[in-house]
Amino acid sequence: MGLGRSRAVGFIAPALLLIGVFLVFPGVWTLYIGATNFRLTGVAARTPDFVGLDNYRAALGDETFYHSLWLTLLFVFGSAVIGQNGLGFTLAWALRDTRKWLKRTLETLVLLAWILPSSVVAFLWVAMLDRDGGTINEMLGNTPGVAWIVEYPLLSIIIFNIWRGTAFSMMLYSAALSSVPPSHLETARLAGATGTQTLRDVVLPHIRRYALTNTLLITLWTFNDFTPFLITATDYDAQIIATYIYERAIVAGEMGYSGAISLLVLLINLLLALFYLRVGRRGSR
Amino acid sequence: MGLAKAVVRRILFYVVIGFGTAFFALPVLWLLSAPFDDTPTYAVRPPREFTFGNFAEIFENRYAFGSLLNSVILSIGTMVVVVTAAALAAYALSRARVPGRDTLIYMLLLLSSVVTGTAAMVPIFLLIFQMGLIDSHFGVVLVLSGGLLPAAIFLLKDFIDTIPRSYEESARVFGASPLQILRHIVVPVARPGLATIAVWTIVQVWGSFLTPFILLRDPDKQPAAVLVRTFYTEGGSPNLALISTFSLLYSIPVVLMYLFAWSRYGFRFHGGIKS
Repeated sequence: MGLGRSRAVGFIAPALLLIGVFLVFPGVWTLYIGATNFRLTGVAARTPDFVGLDNYRAALGDETFYHSLWLTLLFVFGSAVIGQNGLGFTLAWALRDTRKWLKRTLETLVLLAWILPSSVVAFLWVAMLDRDGGTINEMLGNTPGVAWIVEYPLLSIIIFNIWRGTAFSMMLYSAALSSVPPSHLETARLAGATGTQTLRDVVLPHIRRYALTNTLLITLWTFNDFTPFLITATDYDAQIIATYIYERAIVAGEMGYSGAISLLVLLINLLLALFYLRVGRRGSR
Repeated sequence: MGLAKAVVRRILFYVVIGFGTAFFALPVLWLLSAPFDDTPTYAVRPPREFTFGNFAEIFENRYAFGSLLNSVILSIGTMVVVVTAAALAAYALSRARVPGRDTLIYMLLLLSSVVTGTAAMVPIFLLIFQMGLIDSHFGVVLVLSGGLLPAAIFLLKDFIDTIPRSYEESARVFGASPLQILRHIVVPVARPGLATIAVWTIVQVWGSFLTPFILLRDPDKQPAAVLVRTFYTEGGSPNLALISTFSLLYSIPVVLMYLFAWSRYGFRFHGGIKS
């Protein structure tokens, strides 16, 4: 209605231009760089050669790539799909009709973990996990302490990421739970359903779509999150894909190769998104 | 229902609450104790010797104040770009018929969550390098805006969809132009949505590390997120007094802003997030 076509285009243009140049274009460029032997320094920096699928072949035959990919999947599954989802729902469910001050306090604490800047939270967790005088070792009375970050790097960043990101799931689930009609819960109660039955047969069908959207978003965010680097740096045992790309591209300067990996990551993300959408569609029929 | 069951449920409830509180509060407590400690360690503990000396030391640091200012410049700059462009686009997408609109927004949303991460670090660095915008705040603002816009449009369009069109129709009857309608009718009504997007953008930029880390090499240009990683003692170990104190100063504005926005507008998840 009303808003003419040319005006609509004019309104959309600034946003589309910014997104096009600084989001879509780099994405497409990744495709091109990945097919060259471009490097940050040296001869190949000035005149990169077209190498076709060589980088992809190299990546697919590269053990460290699979290693990073596997760690990333463990990281995403442990910290987002299970951790944030589970803890977020548990908190939302536990807090759904408690006293207001209690709900408010706990929600604020969970939110705080989410809104603090990433370089600050990374340091807070270094302080928690440090070998000499870190809070956890002090609490356990360990002397000499356990170097958690060195000995359990993957577990460290999984716990960290649960702490960091649960807020989003918690808020989304508490919005979802408030959309369950009270009359349905009342009916279930009168019919003598147990807590588990109510959860499974009344609540779950209502929040299924929310759960899928939530899982999709936190999966993608976690998959591409760079913050763990600030805790484990380039530790091989916690070298998730984000850290790996950073190391190959910026530290080693192998732009072509890391471009190819970036594109593979993009495709994996796309597959994950399609998978969730497919699951969502099947359920709604 | 048996009494035993009710008791078990009660206990379970307090375990969840207790565990949740401890888990989420413990790391943050360090931020409240270490800055006031004369000799801070990693452990969370009440200050051995209470002092404000660490704050004095921060003010003497050559880069500390400037980096906070850089953070403000980047946040406000990106916020202005994102809110303006997102409001225009969201309004047009909400009111005009655009074929394949929802798919487009969804695809961009997906792309933004990937490309703003590590995957497109390489081309973004090269792009900004070619444009001669390395070490320029403007370059960082542009890159961050491009990454944040899809989500901003997505959230804002949802919000504008809920505003009844009758106001705009009556304004049109009186001969108002689309831009006038947007400014005098839609913007005032959509203010909570716009404020949410503004706060969200500022918080995102204030905390963002990777983009400025890669695009800004000059320490005079770096925001607080990057600077806080450089506080080391001469011996090469982290200077805990400086790090904790600076982290506290750096965190306070964003926390205050969020709590303000939260108490004022609450967090709204509209229908759109469901599909």
